[in-house]
Amino acid sequence: MTEKTLHQRPTTLSRLGGVLSDVVSRPSGAIGLFLVVFHIVLALTSPYLVPFDYKEMNASFMLSGPTSTYWLGADHLGRDVLSRTLLGGREALLVTAIATPIAVMWGGFIGILLGLVGGRIDEVLMRIVDAFLSLPWILKMLVLIVTFGTGMLVLIPTLAFFYGIPVIRIARAATHDVVARDFVSAARARGHKRMTIIRLELLPNVLDTLMVEGAMRWSWMLLAFSSLSFLGFGVSPPTPDWGLMIADARGFMSFAPVGVIAPVVALSSLIIGINLTADSLAKALGIDRAQKAPV
Amino acid sequence: MLNLFLRRLMLGLVTVVIVSIIIFLGVELLPGDACTAFLEREAQGKLLENCRNDLGLGRPAYERYLEWAAGAAQGDLGISANGQKSIADLVGHRLGNSLLLALCAMCAGIPLAIILGVVTGLWRDRPVDLVFSTSAIFAMTIPEFVSATVLILLFSIWLEWLPGIVLTPADSPASDFFPEILLPVIVLAMVMTAHILRMVRSSVIQVMESDYIQMATLKGVPYWRAVFHHALPNALLPAINVVALTIAWLLGGVVVIEVVFNYPGLGRMMMRMMIDAISDRDLPVVQAIALIVATVYVCVNLTADLMTMIANPRLRTHYLRK
Repeated sequence: MTEKTLHQRPTTLSRLGGVLSDVVSRPSGAIGLFLVVFHIVLALTSPYLVPFDYKEMNASFMLSGPTSTYWLGADHLGRDVLSRTLLGGREALLVTAIATPIAVMWGGFIGILLGLVGGRIDEVLMRIVDAFLSLPWILKMLVLIVTFGTGMLVLIPTLAFFYGIPVIRIARAATHDVVARDFVSAARARGHKRMTIIRLELLPNVLDTLMVEGAMRWSWMLLAFSSLSFLGFGVSPPTPDWGLMIADARGFMSFAPVGVIAPVVALSSLIIGINLTADSLAKALGIDRAQKAPV
Repeated sequence: MLNLFLRRLMLGLVTVVIVSIIIFLGVELLPGDACTAFLEREAQGKLLENCRNDLGLGRPAYERYLEWAAGAAQGDLGISANGQKSIADLVGHRLGNSLLLALCAMCAGIPLAIILGVVTGLWRDRPVDLVFSTSAIFAMTIPEFVSATVLILLFSIWLEWLPGIVLTPADSPASDFFPEILLPVIVLAMVMTAHILRMVRSSVIQVMESDYIQMATLKGVPYWRAVFHHALPNALLPAINVVALTIAWLLGGVVVIEVVFNYPGLGRMMMRMMIDAISDRDLPVVQAIALIVATVYVCVNLTADLMTMIANPRLRTHYLRK
């Protein structure tokens, strides 16, 4: 290491590269990242890969087991299970991939701000956050979905809003850890504005926590999204979606189990992939994830 | 100590009040009201106006909120808009059923989680740890409806060991729910165990690496004595809070499980209400269920905080000094 590099702060990009190689060096991280990348690539390319149209019905193959035409069989309407499984994660991935960054950004910003400012506003807003957290997620989401209807334009803001609320808590706690340190006092003494302190002093220190939090929120959002479509509040048929496919195929599970197993495997592998990645990311960044509780 | 207790109690109460406001506003947001639902097609003009006047729906929102909140505080949750039945009666059995489900899951899950958490923490990175920690990740990340579906496929369709659906009516005594309740309990307990196990494990690891355990070991305290007398009391303390948070999770997770297994509890009732919300508008029931669930959540958290305070003298004095 030369003299120069010692005094240089690593750039964000090179640091990200370091973290990434740390994640991949762990077996669970490598598997997790592979699963996530695999699913993303699949979601992008599946429309060109599927052997059949996901809407095409073929009555003579209704609820058939795997055949040479339909490798994973056909569902109760005679649609190809393989094609529908390959396509089934697209909507979920798109919605959650947009909603997660929004949730982390707004929750993170409010959290850091509250952690820095403190006082009455902090106290009052945290009570409201607590109140929101004490309602089951499904109830909160359903009220908005019943009011405004389903569909992406409702689901994205709904997920982004409710999943940003717990981020406020996390970001606030992480800010409290650094806000009393000397470099923040120094910045205050220099007369920096609040936004400057947040941008230059707090955000770089809270960013690691927010990244891990974002990865976790992503998996929980996917969970929520697929649970909603399982219950009939997510995507509208005939759009293929894993949650909806499981709900539909459940009734015929005793004679056509593949119709359930295929989406189950697809959904589980994606969620496990995200979690393994988040876990290794937390370890690579030195954040103890297990201490955090499910919210 | 008493001061602290009262302060915490006040905070809990404030949370419940804010929740009730959120619930009220949330339900206000829903389109239509009890009158448009009750009158259906005839919901217009004079008839609608009369109905709204009768039910007092024309008054400003804050007045109706105060009336509702005052009633709820005294245990009067109002009457259901359609059935003319007291909500307390309607909800009572189902609340009991949901509590039965949650209680069974807790009795199975919490002890198992603590034992496994300690074992995996003490034998960190050994095969036992890898097996249970990995299964825990699987159990806690896979959506409940997925694990429920897989277990039904496995245990009730292929192996035919357990019934995969609950057919017992809502008002039957608790004993009638066996063995139908077993599969939902297993699913809930699995997820709970996973969350608590991970927490206990990391807590045990942290404590075992601490200075005072090293000190004890250097002084020649036998390993198991160090574990049971010095480490575990400290390691298990944070578990109280995680158990509370997991119970809180349970309140939400139970909704999906109840739908999957057709279990006649509060969650499935709420789901049905929400699905019918556009046509039925039985809003008082929705409000009541939400309020009950939120109150249970706040109570559980309160209890956990108090238990932690009582068990941890450091925390007690820390708060007092503040």
